Amino acid sequence: MDFGRFSRRQLLQGGAALAAGSALGARAALAADTTIGFIYVGSRDDYGYNQAHAQGAAALKKLPGLKIVEEEKVAETDACEKTMESMINLDGASLLFPTSFGYYNPHMIKMANKFPKLRFEHCGGLWSDKDPKNAGSYFGYIDEAQYISGIVAGYSSKTGKLGFVAAKPIPQVLRNINAFTLGARLANPKATTQVIFTGDWSMPVKEAEATNSLIDQGVDVLTCHVDGPKTMVENAARRGAMVCGYHVNQSPLAPKAYLTGAEWNWEALYPKFVKMIAAGEAIPNFYRGGLREEIVKVSPYGEMVSTEARKHADDVKAKLVAGDYVIFKGPIMDNKGKTAIASGTDRGQKDPELEKMDYLVEGVIGATS
Amino acid sequence: MSSEVADSAEAPALAPAADPGFLQRFGGSIEYILIPGAALLAALAVFGGFVALFGKNPLDLYFYMYQGAFGTWFSWQNTLTRAAPLILTALCTALPAQLGMVIIGGEGALLIGALSATAAALMLSSAPPLVVQLAMVCAGMIGGGLWIMLAGGLRQYRGVNETISSLLLVYIALAVLNHLVEGAMRDPASLNKPSTREIGAVNMIGSIPGTDVHWGLVFGLVAAVAAYVLIYHTVFGFAARVAGGNVRAARIVGLDVGRLVLTVCFIAGACAGLAGMVEVAAVQGRANANLAAGYGFTGILVAFLARQNPLAIIPVAVLLGGISASGGLLQRRLGLPDASVLVLQGIIFVAVLGSDALYGRLRFLKAGS
Repeated sequence: MDFGRFSRRQLLQGGAALAAGSALGARAALAADTTIGFIYVGSRDDYGYNQAHAQGAAALKKLPGLKIVEEEKVAETDACEKTMESMINLDGASLLFPTSFGYYNPHMIKMANKFPKLRFEHCGGLWSDKDPKNAGSYFGYIDEAQYISGIVAGYSSKTGKLGFVAAKPIPQVLRNINAFTLGARLANPKATTQVIFTGDWSMPVKEAEATNSLIDQGVDVLTCHVDGPKTMVENAARRGAMVCGYHVNQSPLAPKAYLTGAEWNWEALYPKFVKMIAAGEAIPNFYRGGLREEIVKVSPYGEMVSTEARKHADDVKAKLVAGDYVIFKGPIMDNKGKTAIASGTDRGQKDPELEKMDYLVEGVIGATS
Repeated sequence: MSSEVADSAEAPALAPAADPGFLQRFGGSIEYILIPGAALLAALAVFGGFVALFGKNPLDLYFYMYQGAFGTWFSWQNTLTRAAPLILTALCTALPAQLGMVIIGGEGALLIGALSATAAALMLSSAPPLVVQLAMVCAGMIGGGLWIMLAGGLRQYRGVNETISSLLLVYIALAVLNHLVEGAMRDPASLNKPSTREIGAVNMIGSIPGTDVHWGLVFGLVAAVAAYVLIYHTVFGFAARVAGGNVRAARIVGLDVGRLVLTVCFIAGACAGLAGMVEVAAVQGRANANLAAGYGFTGILVAFLARQNPLAIIPVAVLLGGISASGGLLQRRLGLPDASVLVLQGIIFVAVLGSDALYGRLRFLKAGS
């Protein structure tokens, strides 16, 4: 628990700056003191989705002239609208980051319409022309980092059996499972990924059961896509399996078992956004990117990752950073024997078809429904 | 007279308070305000001490709680918005309590009500808005009502404990919701957040004019007053309380206890179902997993704190709405974790239940009567 972040002085400073800001008309793009609000759906020390955003917020705290206010465990109902309004009315926030998917529509859209002079940046939503201009959505192609994890996992697995603990069979999750599997099969063409869907974003008991059941079936490298990978990482390490992390670097939880992982890089993106605003540039309403744009990153390799694996993974990573590598390159078969992507078709990172993914590729054991 | 007051103190803490009769009503009312009020103050004092242990000034705490919950017009609206669903879900526990039943499945009735209301709206999409809204109200109330009636029926005809069955029905309701939202009722365009199609902006019930508070608050107030009249001022309510006091006596005087149980459970579930309808028609605009925000569970707390009295539910719901509204400010200004609000709710709950022992033992009240 973090109790040590507030002082009366800071509050008074904030209040004074607020008064000064409104007196100046707040036209200056980023006045001496700007308040930025972060809203999380879970707890910000979850070793997962919310912690990744909190790390981004922490990077902003280091910059001068910014006041960061945070609220955790805010439900995806009108509670999050009220939190945004409260940050605006009581704290004077002028830039808001509601970070959970379910905050976008209708909640953030409603607030963006209500406060047209303030800026709202949402993680994961799909901004379209119909949405307010002062709202934006950003997200990362984290499947690129999962692909690298897959390569490392493919080399590291002795049984050739990989495991994936997943929340829901929605396009973002399926894309991660598929990228991980395609990566693993570069290293070991016979590798398979057994997937278990827990049904929701935060189900620690089911995640532990899924982890155990995968290891019982001979899986020796696991990864996941749930909000808090802590349960999977700790359980797998205890059972002697290796893990690839997700959302943030979980190596402190399992230093001996942690191979690598797919991480968000919000601590690079958020300061970039703030600099763009300060320079008077508009943040594109629809902002996406992958390894190349430094929105996602790959965890440092663990000691047990072989030189061969490191070399292959670094090689592919360099090509992805250079922007001349396509992960979803036809022909790709799904795991029911149908063609998912025809031969000769390249689906690059920004291809809208990938946002609608509803299949699992060949090599994945599991079903989408 | 004093012996009768003492009798009410001997009644089981969780049973509905016995009607004190016209003569005692006045003295009883003073007790009903004084004792919970004192318990509340004691709880706040204990929580202040808890916060002081972490080096925060309790006076700051009280100030921010007041500011966040009732300090500004915005704070009031925030509080009332959060109180609205709690009034309705609390009735789902308070009404069966008159019959001596402990129903804790309001969350399930809320979800089924929301789902039924959404289904009604989607089927009638071409009808005039008023028709759609009325159909949503009816569908929501019938859906929620039947759901809790199921728990009542199991108890009456199969001897299944209604507390357990109503709780388990919550999980079934959640599974039904997820199944339909991710399957038959899914809007194919809702890629990463499986949802039903939207009910349409024209069919939304909107806010009370001049405020940001949705109509659910008015529904809740009307339902609470109607429930009070039904329980304390009608023959039906009297019969329900007789059956709650002593089932055998009720049967001997010829009351149809089975019919009473089913009817009261239906009305109770209808209240929670109405809360679900409001969540769809005033907040979310469609059905998805966001509906399971825990209002049904907080409603149980409200009902017990209100000693199962439908009128007392209103101020208690406002109080808990205020606590949750101020929770954000406590996180942001004092750096307290989200769990601190739960600690406060827990302390209040224990203090109010513990204060039950005081009823009939306050000497100055006895002397006064």
